[in-house]
Amino acid sequence: MEPILELIHVSFSYHSEKGETAALSDISLSVAPGEFIAVVGPSGCGKTTLLSLISGLMAPESGQIRLLGRPIGSSGANIGYMLQRDHLFEWRTVYDNVLLGLEIRHRKNDRALARVDSMLDTYGLSEFKKAPPAALSGGMRQRAALIRTLALEPDILLLDEPFSALDYQTRLEVGDDIGSIIRREGRTALLVTHDLAEAITLADRIVILSARPATVQRILTPVFEDSCDTPLKRRSSPLFSGYFEEIWKELKANG
Amino acid sequence: MDNPLSAAQAAYLKAQARRRRLVLLGQFLLFVLFSGLWELTARCGILNDFIFSSPSQMIKTFLQMTEDLSIFRHIGVTLAETVESFLIVTAGSLAAAMVLWLFPALAALLEPYLVMLNSLPKSALAPVLIVWLGSNTKTIVTAAVSVALFGSIMTLYTGFRQVDPDKVKLIRTLGGGSGDVLKRVLVPSCIPLIVSGMKVNIGLCLVGVVIGEFLAAEEGLGYLIIYGSQVFKMDLVMMSIVLLCLLAMGFYKLIGLLETRISKKRAG
Repeated sequence: MEPILELIHVSFSYHSEKGETAALSDISLSVAPGEFIAVVGPSGCGKTTLLSLISGLMAPESGQIRLLGRPIGSSGANIGYMLQRDHLFEWRTVYDNVLLGLEIRHRKNDRALARVDSMLDTYGLSEFKKAPPAALSGGMRQRAALIRTLALEPDILLLDEPFSALDYQTRLEVGDDIGSIIRREGRTALLVTHDLAEAITLADRIVILSARPATVQRILTPVFEDSCDTPLKRRSSPLFSGYFEEIWKELKANG
Repeated sequence: MDNPLSAAQAAYLKAQARRRRLVLLGQFLLFVLFSGLWELTARCGILNDFIFSSPSQMIKTFLQMTEDLSIFRHIGVTLAETVESFLIVTAGSLAAAMVLWLFPALAALLEPYLVMLNSLPKSALAPVLIVWLGSNTKTIVTAAVSVALFGSIMTLYTGFRQVDPDKVKLIRTLGGGSGDVLKRVLVPSCIPLIVSGMKVNIGLCLVGVVIGEFLAAEEGLGYLIIYGSQVFKMDLVMMSIVLLCLLAMGFYKLIGLLETRISKKRAG
């Protein structure tokens, strides 16, 4: 199958008056449709930079990023981006927050609204439509943020540590939750995280980056028993700790 | 929230209400005491009421001027000029702050000049304005606008820049441009700042209007003050000052009302 996203020898450096900081060096990666990829690496290794490049907010210094087989910008591909915090605007109701993307792109048509309504229904938010975001729990807020992103029917979802601002218990629940929503909606996703357990339980493939400047150190494909079909079940699988140790060793090896 | 109040909560609320009433009463008593002392000392000759006037003299002057309605004209003129300059400052500073945010190069270029214009004592400009614009309302409004405008631009621009960059990023990732960022993030998140700025600006506009009226007017409360002092009618001067106090307080309360309405609406 043709990859939905391809990174070909991508490099990027930050420039300031104090000097140059290489963030990414020669990253190559391809993502197939429907795949869930997790990217892990030491903190500050340039994971967020990677997402900014893919989403087109910044341009790579060298190399190429292709979406749907065409260079970004001209690909017309739709990218969904989930930030660390939900950033629901407190001056809008939950419903108006969810519609923000559609509003910006002038796509608030009947079909899109019906889709949003059914997602709000499915994911237990319909009774909070008129409520301010403050009325939602941490987990519900992330779900609302995800629906805001999915409303635009993105070809690929970029997730930038979307659970890191949550407390531990909520985090497990929301990770489970968001993971299953993304799978149920059949979306392709690229998750950046420093939480190894999260990566192992959610992803089809795990990309391990080295310390800065980040290079692809290894790609790992965790395989679980068929019965372990949700992130929470995967956590209790005997295979889990093996993968955990493997990634841990890789990360430590490159210090 | 509909639970019946506990006894402790009820007692607390009662104490709070009592405290509020006492403060109000105290404020009223302070006013009575002050004007009573003023009146008394003026009548016994401790204060020279030719120089200091007295509350009763001021009221008399006010009543005289209501007979030919002239006082209402003067209040009206000052009121209209203040409101006009306030509206110009509010709209102008918002527009200017938006332009500065949209064009960071322009902001960098203009920054020292804005700082300079902001700290310049605007009363120094008033004589120049009279020469340029003539001795009329235009001069007065321009003077008032110049007092409040630059500070307001700088406050709003700083406010825009302090908005969480991730909120801006969110709009960009949803495909929005700079216009969307302004309309959907910067302005809404700066509404509290804009309103608290309005509170400052209405006061500054009143200052500017009075400065303008000192120099370039034939009506208005500022004019009455200057005219009164020239012909040594201190009753007129003092009365005008008291009216200015009331006007300033009225404006402030009005915007305070707007502020509570907005914050209530925001709280849902």
